Amino acid sequence: MSQSFAFTVNGKAVSVSLDNEETPLLDVLRNELGLMGTRFGCGLEQCGCCMVLIDGAPEKCCTKPAWSVAGKQVVTVEGLGNAARPHPLQKAFLDEQAGQCGYCLSGILISAKALLDKNPKPSRVEIARALDGNICRCGSHNRIMRAIEKAAAVIRAGAAG
Amino acid sequence: MNASLPGPLNDNPNLDRWVAFPSAGKVTVLTGRVELGQGVLTAMAQIAADELDVAMERITIRSGDTEKAPNEGYTAGSQSIQFGGVALRQALAEVRALFLDQAAKVLACKVSELSVRDGSIYRNGKSTGQDYWTLAGAVDLAIKATGAAARKAVGDLTTIGASSARLDLPAKVFGESAFIHDMQIDGMVHARVVRQPNRGATIGSVDENAIRRAAKGPVEFVRNGNFLAILGDTETAVEAAGAAAVNRVIWQNVEAPTPTQQEANWLLQRPALDRPFGAEPADPKGRERFERTYTRGYLAHASISPSCGLALYKDGQLTVWTHCQGVYPLRAALAKTLKLEPTSIVVHHMQGSGCYGHNGADDAAADAAIIAMQKPGQPIRVRWRREEEFIYEPKTPAMVVKVRALLDEAGKPSDWTQEIWSPTHNQRPGAGGNLLGALALPDPPPEPPPNDVPEANGGGATRNGEPLYDIPAKRMLHHLVTEAPVRTSALRGLGATSNVFALECCIDELAEHAGQDPVQYRLSITADARARAVIEKVAGMAKWKAGSAGGTGRGRGIAFARYKNRAAYSAVVVELSVDEAITLHHVWCATDAGLVVNPDGVINQLEGGIIQSASWVLKEQVRFDNGVASFDWETYPVLTFSEVPEIDIELINTKDEVPLGVGEVTAGPTAAAIGNAVSHALGARIRDLPLTRERIMAALLKE
Repeated sequence: MSQSFAFTVNGKAVSVSLDNEETPLLDVLRNELGLMGTRFGCGLEQCGCCMVLIDGAPEKCCTKPAWSVAGKQVVTVEGLGNAARPHPLQKAFLDEQAGQCGYCLSGILISAKALLDKNPKPSRVEIARALDGNICRCGSHNRIMRAIEKAAAVIRAGAAG
Repeated sequence: MNASLPGPLNDNPNLDRWVAFPSAGKVTVLTGRVELGQGVLTAMAQIAADELDVAMERITIRSGDTEKAPNEGYTAGSQSIQFGGVALRQALAEVRALFLDQAAKVLACKVSELSVRDGSIYRNGKSTGQDYWTLAGAVDLAIKATGAAARKAVGDLTTIGASSARLDLPAKVFGESAFIHDMQIDGMVHARVVRQPNRGATIGSVDENAIRRAAKGPVEFVRNGNFLAILGDTETAVEAAGAAAVNRVIWQNVEAPTPTQQEANWLLQRPALDRPFGAEPADPKGRERFERTYTRGYLAHASISPSCGLALYKDGQLTVWTHCQGVYPLRAALAKTLKLEPTSIVVHHMQGSGCYGHNGADDAAADAAIIAMQKPGQPIRVRWRREEEFIYEPKTPAMVVKVRALLDEAGKPSDWTQEIWSPTHNQRPGAGGNLLGALALPDPPPEPPPNDVPEANGGGATRNGEPLYDIPAKRMLHHLVTEAPVRTSALRGLGATSNVFALECCIDELAEHAGQDPVQYRLSITADARARAVIEKVAGMAKWKAGSAGGTGRGRGIAFARYKNRAAYSAVVVELSVDEAITLHHVWCATDAGLVVNPDGVINQLEGGIIQSASWVLKEQVRFDNGVASFDWETYPVLTFSEVPEIDIELINTKDEVPLGVGEVTAGPTAAAIGNAVSHALGARIRDLPLTRERIMAALLKE
């Protein structure tokens, strides 16, 4: 029996109809809504490639049933910014060349966004802790953490200005 | 055959295999090298911009494509720039010369009066109205390279040597469809394969009903011999069905690896092909003998994304999309497996996550191709499950390395034997049609004869098995173990990581034995100026102090290698502390990679190699327990953000004439520097990797 529900993705209202109530949010984002930025890494909520913001909180969505976000606000990496209007985090990641294969970056950007929303001036240790739920296999960790520090400074300066 | 041409250009001599000028202002550069997250396509674009004198923005790179791109074998072994980049430079230097010849003809002047700025031809500094695109119609690029044109002198290079932002990174930062996983083809069907546990295992029974119930959506079974796949329109359903099938398909003739087999020492008594290299054994009489043994377990590539492949068989033509390292070797292996002519197969490279060697990419492509052959006209997408990637990707083999040295009166090695036990480091598809899915088909290919990467290509288990130091007599004895409990193949560095770990730890032990500082001891047995330079440089960077007290819980270690004894030179210093576990504080690295195309790209690769090697050494070993028991990120943990050290890297000698491969060079020195630093911190030596809590406690108790 098909189940219908509505939620918001990157500020846009969407409604979805699913035959399988266990369908993960990740599959809905990628295969129903065509939002490919949120990546599949493990399907076990271990690696963080599928991190999204749900009502502002960072959550892995590869096993989370899609219906559980009914009525909620979901933000994916596409919702942070784009080439024309990059989020300070995205700009800082490019400035620092913070990535190698880049497969983990969508989830890491979301974790970083959630951190900076809560803590505008995180220490290196706090940044690392906030990213311990994200795996980077290529070894871009230090660049990523530098980029987040840089973005935090930009955001703070913007808020002050 | 033209011996004056760089190898890949000799293999693909037609200039139109390397470059095209498709429309006004645009340049297409073709390369056989593929983007694996290492930034190689950006470096190739820099090379092209420099040799052609065009802006980077004009260049589109087409790579890894059996329709158009040159056949450069595998993108592996840190050879892309050292060989492929030099080939591209030579090809483009010739193309530039052809255009200048044509321009001179059109303008009725001498070539020496002409120059190129961003693709436009200038005569004595003045615009001529001619450019590559106005001339392109009259310049025939379907001719062979001759080696006659000179590449630019190093001093004239401008784009090469300047850090360039990665061309592929924006799409990844903005969450665009950047990866093969994101590819959509109209009518595409999702598929999962029910993996044959081992060669020779046969399907006993399939509980189709239970699998269909688990799928919670329509699925279809496709079977060919013992190759069984589940197809469906909805990825959610096939993923669930694939997971359920693990326990709902009963296999016979299963051989599962055991805990005993997971340890490196298991290799010692196995059947092996003995391969001696180097000097005759020396007479030990009157000389002190020094012998140490070092080991490492099996490692996984553990790519962050499970492998993915797409295929479509239509009108007698098979098209395959893959993130593998070699589209031409994969095409050859697919042709053999599917009994097709290679000309009936087109293989396109698409980006995947970092692979660091031979992971499941080729096999996932083969899975898709095998299914596509049974479903003509239907595009098939196979994406492995996480567990499937961990269990079925080829592992890098466990290794045992025994060093036997004879010492002279000053305590320096005068005779060196490195004895190596290891299964093969090369079961790539080109080396015997080794595709996982093929083994399950009704007519599986025979087992390839025991082989490893030839020493002429840097060796597999023997890679870096010979120290670069000035030792009068050196030899290797390689026991190529012919039966491994799991499929083994290439991981970043191949045997170099274990060999450098062994020999560089042993050098530290010899320094201690001789009562000398590890840096001074290394310099005392190294005449190679470039080796000395990186060792001295890194010691300076780290403010290395000779004779700092050991056994305090905090320690420092140094190690050095020249990758394959012919690629880049790198020296690494590690500072760490040890209590029950190891905390890495700081890593310093000095590297001489010769001519550097993209300095920031090289530093990124060196950093990545340091962190990945640290992860192997501190945390990683594939466990066996009635099968591969490392099947997710909890059973195979890797280094986290909180565990990475600060890293400082400096490049030296970057304007040398020759570029040297850099992607794998830090792996061995990092492993050994960590080993040496742990020994310094503990006052006790651990010779087995990974450096687990149990091994630390055992080493402390022994003291």
